[in-house]
Amino acid sequence: MGAGHAHRLYVPGASVVHRLPPQCKLVAVLAFVLLVVATPRERFWAFGAYAALLAVVVVAARLNPLMVLRRIVIELPFVAFAFLMPFVAEGEKVAVLGVHLSQSGLWGAWNILAKGTLGVVASILLAATTEPRLLLLGVERLRMPQLITQIAAFMLRYGDVVTAELNRMKVARAARGFEARDIRATGVLARSVGALFLRSYERGERVHLAMVSRGYDGRMPVLHEVGATTAQWTAAAALPLAAALVTAAAWMMP
Amino acid sequence: MIETTGNPSLEVSGLAYAYPDGTQALYGVNAVIGKGERVALLGPNGAGKTTLVLHLNGILHGGLGTVRVGGLAVDPKDKKALREVRRRVGIVFQDPDDQLFMPTVREDVAFGPANLGLRGAELERRVADALERVGMLHVADRPPQHLSFGQRRRVAVATVLAMEPEILVLDEPSSNLDPASRRELAEILLGLEVTVLMVTHDLPYAAELCPRSLILSGGVIAADAPTLELLADDALLREHRLELPFGFDPVAAARAR
Repeated sequence: MGAGHAHRLYVPGASVVHRLPPQCKLVAVLAFVLLVVATPRERFWAFGAYAALLAVVVVAARLNPLMVLRRIVIELPFVAFAFLMPFVAEGEKVAVLGVHLSQSGLWGAWNILAKGTLGVVASILLAATTEPRLLLLGVERLRMPQLITQIAAFMLRYGDVVTAELNRMKVARAARGFEARDIRATGVLARSVGALFLRSYERGERVHLAMVSRGYDGRMPVLHEVGATTAQWTAAAALPLAAALVTAAAWMMP
Repeated sequence: MIETTGNPSLEVSGLAYAYPDGTQALYGVNAVIGKGERVALLGPNGAGKTTLVLHLNGILHGGLGTVRVGGLAVDPKDKKALREVRRRVGIVFQDPDDQLFMPTVREDVAFGPANLGLRGAELERRVADALERVGMLHVADRPPQHLSFGQRRRVAVATVLAMEPEILVLDEPSSNLDPASRRELAEILLGLEVTVLMVTHDLPYAAELCPRSLILSGGVIAADAPTLELLADDALLREHRLELPFGFDPVAAARAR
């Protein structure tokens, strides 16, 4: 149970992209996404250029493009809303195949779809080339308070443990003939969640005790030095710099 | 590091403790454990075993009495001494999932010594050494949740061995282990040259590993004698809600030794 759960998104490799320090990649992805969002939605070619840049990263990271495409599925719930917009938005209508669609709604849907997809793909690439725990170290290097990164690290470690506990409770319920048939099941499920919360809380206390026993004083010892050289920062900056050129061009074109 | 030669590993004298809600758990515990001894702490549920263990490294305090580890008094106000005490007392908790919280085995074993300020090659050496001693060096780079329960228990032992403790305290080390893992752990523990205090209900395991046993019952040490002698005393065991498993004969075990 739980095998590979924490590393589900990570694709092991040794490419240039994999080896970049995590904080460089984080900054690069953030800058890229901001630039994409700042691009006027009417410049179709600019979004094509962004997609081409990401394709270059996929090749450099030696990732399987099909895998990236499959993972885009995660944005579907958000995109569903975008598809509604042409039907419900107000304003001038255009006829497409006999259906009257709102023009501003169409633009809005395209805007969400294009920018959302580019952002999602950039994040997928980051997650696929960076181990979750290194990602956290990167966040820490970017001066995120240690308290927050520690909480995230523990979520990573204990996600599986809590899920396993939840499954055991589910099995134990089912073994005694429980089936969630209708609204009356809510009470039972709510109590299960409550029990799970208490157990996790108690586990938290025991973990803390074990940590204190080994000399924990509120700060995690730094075991990995993930310092970045200027060359690495420059390499990581290639993506946002190229994107910045596209953005600038998109704004200056008449 | 302070030289500790000559002092017993653990001296507990007159230790009494009541929880903040008023429940009295310990009523004056006295015990001395010499260097290199392996001692079992037996007792029924609710006897105060865990409370006693948590006093050994100063997590619980505030009652009467003193605890000394290798001659150093446990004083919760003296932060520097407390740090040293926590290095000297290595507690292996019952559930390895509570003890192993870092993303990989290597980082987890390094957590303790790193808190002591070790870095670089010396830290690497400690980690490799501790994992080697429990035969788990080959899993160093795996996440703890991907190991079997027996392997996790052994890694948990390594996490405290890496701190080079004066005394290793094991809370129910044989619980939830299958017979093979149980035997493997016993072999590892017998091979360690360190003072061991083993808290357990598993009387045959105590007989196998610890020449001497203490019975903690009702918040006091009710008996302190060679393990096999204690286990042969039916009336004593019954009085403290301890029972030998079916078919286990301490006299035969003594002969097999």
